[in-house]
Amino acid sequence: MTDISASSFVRQHLVPERAAPVKTTGLFGFLRTRLLNSPTNILFTILALALLWYTIVPALKFLLVDAVWSGKDRNACLADNAGHQVGACWPYIQAKLTQLIYGFYPAGERWRVNLTFAFAAALLLPLLIPRLPAKRLNASLFFFAFPAVAFFLLRGGGLTGFGVSWVAGLLQLFDDSIVNAGQILVNLSRGSAIGPLLWGTGKIIVLLGSLIGWLILPLSWLRDRLQASGQPLWFDFVLTAAIVSLIFFALSGGTRTGQRALVGSLVTFFGIAIVIKLMGLDRGGLPVVDTRLWGGLLVTLVVSVTGIVTSMPIGIALALGRRSTIPLIRIFSIAFIEFWRGVPLITVLFFATYMLPLFLPGNFSVDGLVRALIGIALFAGAYQAEVVRGGLAAIPRGQGEAASALGLSWWKTTSLIVMPQALRHVIPGLVNSFIALFKDTSLVSIVALFDLLGSLHATFSDPTWSTPSTAFTGFAFAGMIYFVFCFGMSRYSLFVESRLNAHHRH
Amino acid sequence: MTTEPRNPPPQYVLRLKRALGGKAGWTGLAVQIVFAAVLAWVAYEIVANARTNLETQRIASGFGFLRNTAGFDVSQNLISYTGSDTYTRVFLVGLLNTLLVSVIGIVFATIIGFVLALCRLSPNWLLSRLGEIYVEIVRNLPLLFQLLFWYLAVLAALPAPRQSINLFNAVFLSNRGLVIPRPIGQAGLDPFLAAVAVGILGSLLLRGYARRALFQRGQAIRIGPYVLGLLVGLPLLTMLIFGLPLTFELPQLRGFNFAGGSRVIPELVALVVALSTYTAAFIAEIVRAGIQSVHKGQMEAGSSLGLSRGATSRLIVMPQAMRVIVPPLTNQYLNLTKNSSLAVAIGYPDLVSVFAGTTLSQTGQAIEIIAITMGVYLVLSLVTSAIMSVYGWRINRSLGA
Repeated sequence: MTDISASSFVRQHLVPERAAPVKTTGLFGFLRTRLLNSPTNILFTILALALLWYTIVPALKFLLVDAVWSGKDRNACLADNAGHQVGACWPYIQAKLTQLIYGFYPAGERWRVNLTFAFAAALLLPLLIPRLPAKRLNASLFFFAFPAVAFFLLRGGGLTGFGVSWVAGLLQLFDDSIVNAGQILVNLSRGSAIGPLLWGTGKIIVLLGSLIGWLILPLSWLRDRLQASGQPLWFDFVLTAAIVSLIFFALSGGTRTGQRALVGSLVTFFGIAIVIKLMGLDRGGLPVVDTRLWGGLLVTLVVSVTGIVTSMPIGIALALGRRSTIPLIRIFSIAFIEFWRGVPLITVLFFATYMLPLFLPGNFSVDGLVRALIGIALFAGAYQAEVVRGGLAAIPRGQGEAASALGLSWWKTTSLIVMPQALRHVIPGLVNSFIALFKDTSLVSIVALFDLLGSLHATFSDPTWSTPSTAFTGFAFAGMIYFVFCFGMSRYSLFVESRLNAHHRH
Repeated sequence: MTTEPRNPPPQYVLRLKRALGGKAGWTGLAVQIVFAAVLAWVAYEIVANARTNLETQRIASGFGFLRNTAGFDVSQNLISYTGSDTYTRVFLVGLLNTLLVSVIGIVFATIIGFVLALCRLSPNWLLSRLGEIYVEIVRNLPLLFQLLFWYLAVLAALPAPRQSINLFNAVFLSNRGLVIPRPIGQAGLDPFLAAVAVGILGSLLLRGYARRALFQRGQAIRIGPYVLGLLVGLPLLTMLIFGLPLTFELPQLRGFNFAGGSRVIPELVALVVALSTYTAAFIAEIVRAGIQSVHKGQMEAGSSLGLSRGATSRLIVMPQAMRVIVPPLTNQYLNLTKNSSLAVAIGYPDLVSVFAGTTLSQTGQAIEIIAITMGVYLVLSLVTSAIMSVYGWRINRSLGA
């Protein structure tokens, strides 16, 4: 046995205790590790502080400290009269607030705009909160009922006919057009080398046209009878409701399983009837407010909401078309998408404003706002199509194959299995393009529509309020509105994203 | 005895069906025929309506107007232009102005974007927060809003020329725009440019040679000093022999305006500032995502091999990040070019402004003019996406090898 203490490996003295590790939590730890941990970092921190000092302080000073809060005209916002350096001129915003929100919408009718805003908020908010029930009803109300109601609320006017008249009118137009085209082909065939071919095609088209003409004859007769009666709208409405409900009933399986569809259709028509009655659409409706009087935030919201609502179906259709195996449809979708994505929005708006009216029949004048809306819908639809296509590509093939194995048709596979999953995948992408669309609506001010930015620009030329700080005040105000909308949307998309990716978290 | 594999049956009908109607077969063919008929009908309607409308409104058609005299002035032209030139010349002037603003904007946007991305990735909390705030604010405001802000609020609030902001008595910023010294070519300019070209070409060749030597023979060659000599020494030498290549004419304040120097119109300044600061926010996010997409282990592996931090970033992280960065970055460049069409809002004479704006209102030939304008942008984006496909193909090939 050897003495254990003789071994040189046994320590005789206590090790002196080490200093506590550098504190990394709390305010001081944070300062030490994230701001001041090296000379370069100290330099960066000082630079950043200087930058903050030279941006935040003047901005706050401009917006709050030096601001003028009340006054009647520009005199209140001049440095000589205010007695100090003048920052934001808020009375100017107060004076121009109605113009920035409603444009030149008549003062007596502004409750209609407010009501529309209220409807939109009441329908949109529950749609955005995932926990609330009845999403299907809510979504269909927002995407189908609300646009129609908003149209009659904002623009005014009434209805003189309903489904039967519209269908009859449209078919009549279409029929006339193709009979005309056939005639022209037949006339062309005389002096042409491929005369017989043209003649044959023309004759076939004319024959087709007259066939359609015979088919729609009962419909036109019905329409004329309806118009001759005392209550054209209501008779037409009842007839349309009956026909559509019966079609739904028959399509969903008749007496066997069709009751649900029948009841749904009848309830929908009942709802439409109530709206028509409430708004007095059968008696001319509300007074018409021309869209040239619309402006400000109203136009911005109308354009962006319409763009969002109309671009979705276009985008979905184009995305499906681009993935279709049918060559012509795929080629057309690719060409369409690449064309609209390849040109700037301004040229699209120029196209819609100057070129589109030339392409439509001469007796068919389209409102300036509607023209811009068409351009924006096509443009945004092409962008949505690429987003939706990304979602479709992310769905495993097995999903579609399993659906076909169960015997579902292509339509059912797409609408029940593939599309819902695909859309859920790309919600963040869709919201991103909604934000882009919302920002892009400011471009309509270039084609003489007075959206928020356009109205703001217009107020600058008012001599009553021309001061050195007017422009800055206006931009600060409009910037806050734009920022709140866009930032809100982007935060919401982040929220949805994290909710959808809940299974990825650990 | 071996049995030959039987040929598959020809199935001509099936192949025909596939070729004509895709997977959907005869149904697909029927759909295509109906679709073609609808397209033909829409096309017919458009042509017929356009013809009648043009006749009733007495608008000429065809591209003959391109040879007519324009008769209006353009506030900025890179090629010589007067009011008596033709509309073709107007088109070229506008196109060049668009390209000018796009190129300047792209350069600045890239610089600001990379700096912002580095800020956001910096370990310094305050700096990364500042970068984030910048990106959030700029991305959530419309570009047109920012453009008008710079043009109507900031530039308009600048002092008049007499009180202009002065940098070294050479650069003056006022509400009339930016006045900078104008370079004037001297006798030494041509040899100088030739020397620069030779220098660039020589360094590229040298780099290629060094890479080949490294990859094939494992021989590392230091080319730094030679490249420096070629790029800096050669031009300096020609300057010593042939004299200065350029002299600068300094702007002078005379009366209420500047004499001498060249003036950058305020519209261009506003457009470049707005486009580059806006696009920079998007570029910053792309660059950040690209750098973060490189796995942390790559950096650690680099340092375990004894490379310095800078060398690791330059040789290991950046090449891998660039693969992720380049396609969306190109997309942003394309966006910037397309967004430069917002120039029409502040009256900078770009393609849309002078051609689809002034020329359209003078001639009324909407169809031809808008088609040409859209065509220009379409060609630009199609060419860019073609180049990007080639790039993606090369990247995939190099990854596969």
